Amino acid sequence: MLQNTKRFMTPFASVLLAFLASAAIITLGGRDPLMIFSKMGRAVFDSHYGLGQVIFRLGTLTLVGLAVAIPYRLRLFNIGGEGQLQMGAFAAALTGAFLPEFLPWPTASLICTLAGMTAGASWALLAGALKIRFGVNEVISTIMLNFIAQGITGYLLTYHFAIPSTVHTSPVSAGSVIPSLASLTGLFTSSPANASIVLSLGAAIFFHFLIFHSRYGFEMRAAGLQAEASEYAGIDTSRHILSALAAGGAAAGLGAANIVLGYKQYYEAGMTDGAGFAGIAVALLAGAHPLWVLASAMFFAILEYGGLSVNAYVPKDIFMIIQALTIFLVIGFNAARKP
Amino acid sequence: MGTSIYCREKHECKADGAEKPGCTPQYMRISSTAKHSNRASEQINRGALMGIAVQLKGLTKRFGTVTANKDIDLSIEEKSIHAIVGENGAGKSTLSRIIYGMYFPTFGEIAIHGRKVRFGSPKDAIDAGIGMVHQHFMLVPELTVTENIILGNEHARLLGKIPLKKMEGAILDEAGKSGFTINPAARAGLLSVGEEQRVELLKLLCHDASILILDEPTAVLTPSETDRLFDILRSLKAKGKTIILITHKLDEVLAVADTVSVMRKGEIVGTMPTASITKPELATMMVGRNVLLRIENPPSLPERTVLEVNKLNFRTAEGKSMLKNLSFSIRAGEIYGIAGVEGNGQSELLQTLWGLVPQGCEISGDIGLNGKSILGRKPREIAAMGASHIPENRHRHAVILDYPVADNLFFGRHRENAFRKGFGFSRKSMEENTKRLVADFDIRCDNPSRQPLGSLSGGNQQKVVLARELNRPGISFIILAQPTRGVDIGAIETIHRKIIEARMHGIAILLISSELEEIIALSTRIGCLYNGTIRHEFTLEETAAKRMDEDRFRREIGLHIT
Repeated sequence: MLQNTKRFMTPFASVLLAFLASAAIITLGGRDPLMIFSKMGRAVFDSHYGLGQVIFRLGTLTLVGLAVAIPYRLRLFNIGGEGQLQMGAFAAALTGAFLPEFLPWPTASLICTLAGMTAGASWALLAGALKIRFGVNEVISTIMLNFIAQGITGYLLTYHFAIPSTVHTSPVSAGSVIPSLASLTGLFTSSPANASIVLSLGAAIFFHFLIFHSRYGFEMRAAGLQAEASEYAGIDTSRHILSALAAGGAAAGLGAANIVLGYKQYYEAGMTDGAGFAGIAVALLAGAHPLWVLASAMFFAILEYGGLSVNAYVPKDIFMIIQALTIFLVIGFNAARKP
Repeated sequence: MGTSIYCREKHECKADGAEKPGCTPQYMRISSTAKHSNRASEQINRGALMGIAVQLKGLTKRFGTVTANKDIDLSIEEKSIHAIVGENGAGKSTLSRIIYGMYFPTFGEIAIHGRKVRFGSPKDAIDAGIGMVHQHFMLVPELTVTENIILGNEHARLLGKIPLKKMEGAILDEAGKSGFTINPAARAGLLSVGEEQRVELLKLLCHDASILILDEPTAVLTPSETDRLFDILRSLKAKGKTIILITHKLDEVLAVADTVSVMRKGEIVGTMPTASITKPELATMMVGRNVLLRIENPPSLPERTVLEVNKLNFRTAEGKSMLKNLSFSIRAGEIYGIAGVEGNGQSELLQTLWGLVPQGCEISGDIGLNGKSILGRKPREIAAMGASHIPENRHRHAVILDYPVADNLFFGRHRENAFRKGFGFSRKSMEENTKRLVADFDIRCDNPSRQPLGSLSGGNQQKVVLARELNRPGISFIILAQPTRGVDIGAIETIHRKIIEARMHGIAILLISSELEEIIALSTRIGCLYNGTIRHEFTLEETAAKRMDEDRFRREIGLHIT
């Protein structure tokens, strides 16, 4: 029981300590940390626009967090969320751009979303196949696949699909667009928040049930804890490696719905902006637990947008320090807890 | 003590400088030089004159709220072999770790050779002349025997050349004096388990240890290696070493130890010379009640053939032939015991039977289960044909230690329809299953649906595995590999009874065990496995008749397996 309490407290203690450390850094920089934090708070919570920004970031961060968290259950460390998101976004944007205009709303955007998920899943599956066939460590292969994804999308964009003299593709068909929250509810005006947030929340809840309440999850967690025992019990661990990576990749690819279909409506070079890497932090802080991924993504979303909003007073890099410190502390506490 | 290969500068530098800040005069830290220093002789009290190597007074060790050792008083005489026995979890390991400086006692005093000590770490214990051979050896497989022994004490400057040849000579010398042979240039990874253990022992001797602690030293040894180890221990004793033997094997205690202390629930319940006690008495002291050392084995009436192994050959990826024309069959309602020294093909037979053959191995011949071949099938398919496997290495292969007991009670059977409900599991049938098996197999745990399996004792873990496997629906064949390894006496009784019960229900059982006693007690027929083939088979009648005279039977089997 005591052990459980400690495990539960770890993320909170980490966040708190990271904030204290950053307060110290802000003070050293000659600013009042309380003023900065309260400005941040106001920027986020006092305006619809700010909240909308946070919701938008929450959507993507949840999905890339899940992309890391699901394979993590099998002790696989998916560093490739970025590449998977990029491939997903690119595939979704292209599909949307080439879909005929007469396809109506839910159908067209569903097709684009599925295209994004498929692309993300396939990209992750490559790493899975390399792992089970040749024993290639997934950390290395997913990192390398990030570079390859960057190269492929860059090449295709520049030489084939970009509108001349821009760095983005032509916009997706009208039916592929996921409506913004502003147009649906009248709230969050002019923010990038869109209806795909429902997909992100749904994904987290879905994976929670899949991992902790289904037979598939029972086998998957067993395979992650003790692969050999699972083999003896007749569980096909290779298949679980493939399916967990595919599920993670699909979650990252689903991010396309948020950043492409719901916001930009085209693919643009650099649009993922390292969100995939932030997913690692999200998943680690959440202890790879899908529902906690939501909370952890929320924290990072606030930090990200809040940091941006006080950029005039303190460089937003300070908030990257908080992010990194939090993860260091989580890892440190976890290591210290183990005998 | 003889010349040590570690007689180096530290002797001088520490001889007069034992005083460290924070050490009260009464609790003086001692170094390996203690017996050479003048100060040491003043410290020797009456205990040392009487030849007490290790003296514990009122020793208590608590971990949180758990008391692992309670008020222990113990004197271990110099130049003796002192066994400490007890069931798993009785506190033997904790006690040995306290003596070795790995744990610090909550209360109590320790005196080594009559001097009070406080060990802060194993380093202090080593300096005081205490050495420990752990249950799991700690050799670097890529290094040679010599390199392993001198590791951390290389007798050379950072960039200097290590005088390996000289070291090899010293090691051979030390080995010769204690009466065992070893090749100092051999790579540690290529040694047999027995040899590895001798290297560990040699390491201690080269460190000039005078008190040797051996934690379950025979757990991994074959009978002949065990005998060899005991010869070595006796010769070490003759040379003046004190040996502390931690074990749960009573036969060995009686064979080699001079004195035995029995531990139960963290306390020492008795210390006596081995000459004055019998095995059943020891067992009763250990468990705290009368135990049946031999389970009743009613005659068996075997029926149709269930498993048929026919001319099975197994060739490893390296081209080594591990099974050679292995043939035997098992009928319903009988236990076929395979006796044999480990490494004669048991693992390969188990892998083949359970469909987990490593890549690159060649297999020929056939294995039929209820008339259908199982070669080339996956574990899941073999299980579906009515077979079950209780693997040798329970922790690695049979359970998920972090899963609760309840989950482990149906792990591997979780695909059965009875447990299904929607996408998940039926809570009701899971609870029913847990309740029934926990009661039926006397599994001791507080909260089966929350408590992780890893927190149970070895015996209870094995009961969980057996409970789960013996209750598979439609089961006709069970593979039992080392079913009572690491299991305490109390639990062995339950496990053996359940195995006989399963046989009475008409299940065909293959029993592979390195404990001849277990093979003799349970088997209907016995096959002696040697070098990948059944060298001799005792029929049903022979086994039943010879079981009466166990010692003789054991020797007879021994002849066929070596």
